[in-house]
Amino acid sequence: MSLLTTNYLTPTGREEAWRFTPLKRLGGLHDGTAKVGDRESLSLKNGAPGVKFERISRELAASPVDTDDVVIQRVREGAHNVATLTIAANTEVAETITLSRSSHGLDSAEFSRVRIELGAHARATVIMENTGDAFLAEDVEFALAPGSNLTFVSLQEWNTGSTHLAKHHAIVDRDATFKSITVTVGGSLVRLLPSVEFIGQGASCELLGVYFATEGQFFEHRMFVDHKVRNAKSRVNYKGALAGQGAHTVWIGDVFIRAAAEGTDTYELNRNLLLSDGARADSVPNLEIETGEIVGAGHASTTGRFDDEQLFYLMSRGIELSDARRLVVRGFFNEIVTEIGDAVIQDRLMDRIDCELAKAGS
Amino acid sequence: MSTLEIRGLQVSVNTDAGAVEILNGVDLTIKSGETHAIMGPNGSGKSTLAYSIAGHPKYSITGGTVTLDGVDLLEMSVDERAKAGLFLAMQYPVEVPGVSVSNFLRTAVTALRGEAPKLRTWTGEVKDAMEALKMDPSFATRNVNEGFSGGEKKRHEIMQLELLKPKIAILDETDSGLDVDALRIVSEGVVRAKEANNLGVLLITHYTRILRYIKPDFVHVFANGKIVEEGGPELAEKLEANGYAEYVGS
Repeated sequence: MSLLTTNYLTPTGREEAWRFTPLKRLGGLHDGTAKVGDRESLSLKNGAPGVKFERISRELAASPVDTDDVVIQRVREGAHNVATLTIAANTEVAETITLSRSSHGLDSAEFSRVRIELGAHARATVIMENTGDAFLAEDVEFALAPGSNLTFVSLQEWNTGSTHLAKHHAIVDRDATFKSITVTVGGSLVRLLPSVEFIGQGASCELLGVYFATEGQFFEHRMFVDHKVRNAKSRVNYKGALAGQGAHTVWIGDVFIRAAAEGTDTYELNRNLLLSDGARADSVPNLEIETGEIVGAGHASTTGRFDDEQLFYLMSRGIELSDARRLVVRGFFNEIVTEIGDAVIQDRLMDRIDCELAKAGS
Repeated sequence: MSTLEIRGLQVSVNTDAGAVEILNGVDLTIKSGETHAIMGPNGSGKSTLAYSIAGHPKYSITGGTVTLDGVDLLEMSVDERAKAGLFLAMQYPVEVPGVSVSNFLRTAVTALRGEAPKLRTWTGEVKDAMEALKMDPSFATRNVNEGFSGGEKKRHEIMQLELLKPKIAILDETDSGLDVDALRIVSEGVVRAKEANNLGVLLITHYTRILRYIKPDFVHVFANGKIVEEGGPELAEKLEANGYAEYVGS
């Protein structure tokens, strides 16, 4: 893959980056016809010493890295402020920092820019909770200074009818660690672009995600990990379930190992569970390698239905089919959901998964 | 007192080349407290017998009946058969990723008893069952059969047998892949379950060594999809000495 030079062309659906996305359902976010309001819905739920949350006018905020995504370009043009969360150098924030977005109203779009900055050797967990109705285009940038460590959890629990497009771009410096857990279970159309750019040796990232699409929902997760320096490590693991007519998910995992990125260690995995007919999962891992001097590079993608042997085993112990299916689906997601590390959120998500499954008529 | 009655059971499996008949009329009656050993060469249909009684979807019943205390098992779903009192210890227990042993056992016992067990009593029961089978307490937090050694899988099967208290248990090559110590521990578990619940056992095996620990009342020789000879424990001794040669190819 090559990095396209910036264009400002309205996508037609023929572009690689847009070929799966139903453009008609974007409400004009891609072609500039969407009516944009001036809502700023993101708020900080809890602070802590060494943590600062403020809105900085875009003229004073750090310049974002270039993007070839036309929606994000429009966001940068339209958003006046950058909601900025700063964690000071050498600060270890024990408590989880929660950012919350409950953006009510579908009549006009919100353009939102967010920047999360960790100073050198800072350590924090940030959760971004997204609930309610949303018509949102969002540009989130993370800047991790050397030796810092960020766990970022984004929860898409939107109401039906919501549209959410976002880029989550992490710039990870020397020996810093970025871990993200993305959960998408609600909304009509959600398209997230998690990307990571390593700018210092010894940096690492772990991109984890779960999604569950039911009737008519479109969820796209398109990641890009840019290994441009030596000795960085990346792991990607996304798991999805689909049920119901027209449920459609897209997972794209692009990993680029540049010539300079000797000692790269990367592995990406996507698994999809198709729980009914009429659902479609697209899964495209994509690895481009410019140097052979690496530790490892691999990917795997599987899409399958319920394993009859698992269901038989559980049922042979007296467990009814519907409960057996619920156990298997919970188990499938468990590996990633437990990584969130917050029992209240984990229980809420598992309950939501049960509901989605019940809704799918299993 | 329970009775599992198999009459004229015929079973086929669907393959790319069409349906293939595997069981050609099996007759067998197992009562509470009895131990029946089914012995036979590989490919004779022993496992098919076990899985088709338990209701595995891969097999089609083409003839005959299977009843437990007069009730037709073949009309029941897999979970209903378990609720009726049937248990199958599998030769290759299935991995269920992300589901812990303790969650699995609690879900199963709740389904079988019709209500959730009292937490304290249940925790004690599980602990005792694990100790009796010399299993590490950490076992309960591991995912079902995931990363288990062959021996651990079989101990886990027999632990379920002891905890779920069925009326009739089918043990499908429970002895395969076990070393001498594990074989003894697992066999003792089966004997405990028999004594505790007057369990009826259908023990499917290839070898006689497990019969030193679990004494059979009846031995049946299985070949070409049916029982070809029946006798007492002495028949196992004969098989040990002579093998299955005289039954194969008939």
